[in-house]
Amino acid sequence: MLGYIVRRTLQAIVVILGVTLIVFLLGQLIPGGQARAALGPKATSIQITHFTHLNGFDQPLWVQYWHYIVNMLNGDFGYSYKNNQGVGRLIVERLPKTFTLVGASTLLALVIAIPLGMAQAIRRNTPFDYAMTAASFILYAMPAFLMGELLILLFSFTLHWLPSAPPTDASAWAVFTDPVAFILPVASLAALTVASFSRYMRSSVLDTVAEDYIRTARAKGAGSRRILWAHAMRNALLPIITLIGLSLPAIVGGALIIEDVFNYPGMGLLTVQAANNDDIPLILGTTLVATIATVLGSLLADVLYAVADPRIRLGGD
Amino acid sequence: MPIDPFELQPLPHGTAPHDSILPAHDEDLATAALDGRAGFLQSMARVFAENKLAVASLVVLIVIVLLCFVGPFIYTTNQTDANDALLNSIQNSPPSWSHPFGTDDSGFDVLGRIMYGGQIALIVGFLSAMVATIIGVAYGALSGFFGGWFDALAMRFVDIGLSIPVLFLLIALVAIYRPTVPILIFVIAAVSWLVPARLIRAETLSLRTREYVQAVRTFGGSRRRIIGRHIVPNSVGTIVVFATFDVADSILLLAALGFLGLGVPAPQTDWGTMLSNGVNYASSGYWWEIYPVGVAIVLVVVALNYIGDALRDALEVRLQRN
Repeated sequence: MLGYIVRRTLQAIVVILGVTLIVFLLGQLIPGGQARAALGPKATSIQITHFTHLNGFDQPLWVQYWHYIVNMLNGDFGYSYKNNQGVGRLIVERLPKTFTLVGASTLLALVIAIPLGMAQAIRRNTPFDYAMTAASFILYAMPAFLMGELLILLFSFTLHWLPSAPPTDASAWAVFTDPVAFILPVASLAALTVASFSRYMRSSVLDTVAEDYIRTARAKGAGSRRILWAHAMRNALLPIITLIGLSLPAIVGGALIIEDVFNYPGMGLLTVQAANNDDIPLILGTTLVATIATVLGSLLADVLYAVADPRIRLGGD
Repeated sequence: MPIDPFELQPLPHGTAPHDSILPAHDEDLATAALDGRAGFLQSMARVFAENKLAVASLVVLIVIVLLCFVGPFIYTTNQTDANDALLNSIQNSPPSWSHPFGTDDSGFDVLGRIMYGGQIALIVGFLSAMVATIIGVAYGALSGFFGGWFDALAMRFVDIGLSIPVLFLLIALVAIYRPTVPILIFVIAAVSWLVPARLIRAETLSLRTREYVQAVRTFGGSRRRIIGRHIVPNSVGTIVVFATFDVADSILLLAALGFLGLGVPAPQTDWGTMLSNGVNYASSGYWWEIYPVGVAIVLVVVALNYIGDALRDALEVRLQRN
């Protein structure tokens, strides 16, 4: 198992290095160059030359990339000229908020999807199963922004049950001090993942029930209740850990939209505001940090899976 | 050491590889293939037609395409001149006989605007799926065909690309290049070619060891011939099914960009931009500025997904959605 974890960690490091290279190269693509983008269209050519030299934009690409990596390791993710602040500082304020949103909604999605998928597998090909399948297809095709807006229309404007405004408290602790404000954003994001999680859970249970060891358990005389809970469920649940890891990029992307819909001050809203403000260094910074967080999350999921599944834990690989 | 079936073997008598060695035989094969193809297309159409949901989806899709592209010729509305719209019509008016879906905050007719924005959504969705598929197929086929360190490096790059959340990358590209229709097509393609690259590479790996591909190799068929005439045509099922799903995904990505205020610039519009605009008035109860366009997006996406599902069954492709 240790070998597997080490190999998987090295893989994640290679991916993160690759992502830094892609994001660095994206910065080089800006038409007119980074100096022009930072100083604006009215800057004179002398100002541009001076700024370019000052920031080392005239050095060879590999030297610039090296500085980029060294700066990043020191916590410097670039400078947002539009905000007159370091990109790193802007992100650090927002990152916990997005963690809260993504974490809470993934948990909620699991709490709904696992029993739902199990129930669908147990009562497969019944009207209940068909109804839930149809519902998950609709959820699946529903764009995140439409889901968020529809929930706001229903629960805030029509029923007046829940606020559509984000939590006022700026820190991530608001989830405890102002929980009502979290209900709609978290529920909207969870609704989008419930569809794929429950579909997966349903087929995972059905696959497991077809395994040889289930037949063995049945042959030994175990009751169907015991087979379901002691044998099938444990094995069917494990792959969900991997599924969470694989779904993370999509969930983080969904969180971006949901943050925009609810004006929720996380990384996604920061990115959208930066895009509408032509703040490219900030967009590149949030893209990089969101990706690194996603890669680390997937790594964590894989390690957890290795620990949880004895076939890998004791595999000696 | 594993034997590479494509390792160049010296041909006897030093003859150069020549395609016209087997002209007659090739023609026989071609006729046989055509016969087989006709039968295949028929059976494919039969499987597709048995899927009522898919047939209904196809009808819905055709109706929406006709509505967007032919509709404006029959139902003419002003969708570009904002001054004229403000002067000659009522803003935010509810559905009536003269405006079946009402008007928006600028006085534009919503039904006409759905057609107008739908053209952009469908064109961008279709073309970017096409560009993404072509790039992905070429990349995946080359990677799988050459194998070795080239394949390892190429696939590592795909892994890295797939680890970046699509919307972040898309926003970065749109912010750098400014959203116009051609840029949007290429930018959306730039974030969606990775999945087909991986699919076609896997297909190529399994196809290149098949006996008939090895036979072509032994007869001296060039690499270009093997990839172009045998590997890509045999992956056509996977390609078509992916492309269908990708049109839906591209339409969703464009709608998301529009919703975030990064869609096509005015006076053009797209469904996401319309929705984002209508949402500002949702609290005033102007439902006609949200629901029709929302339904249009969901209908097109659901229809394309059902069609893709049915094509997958009809073409016997083992391609899992996500």
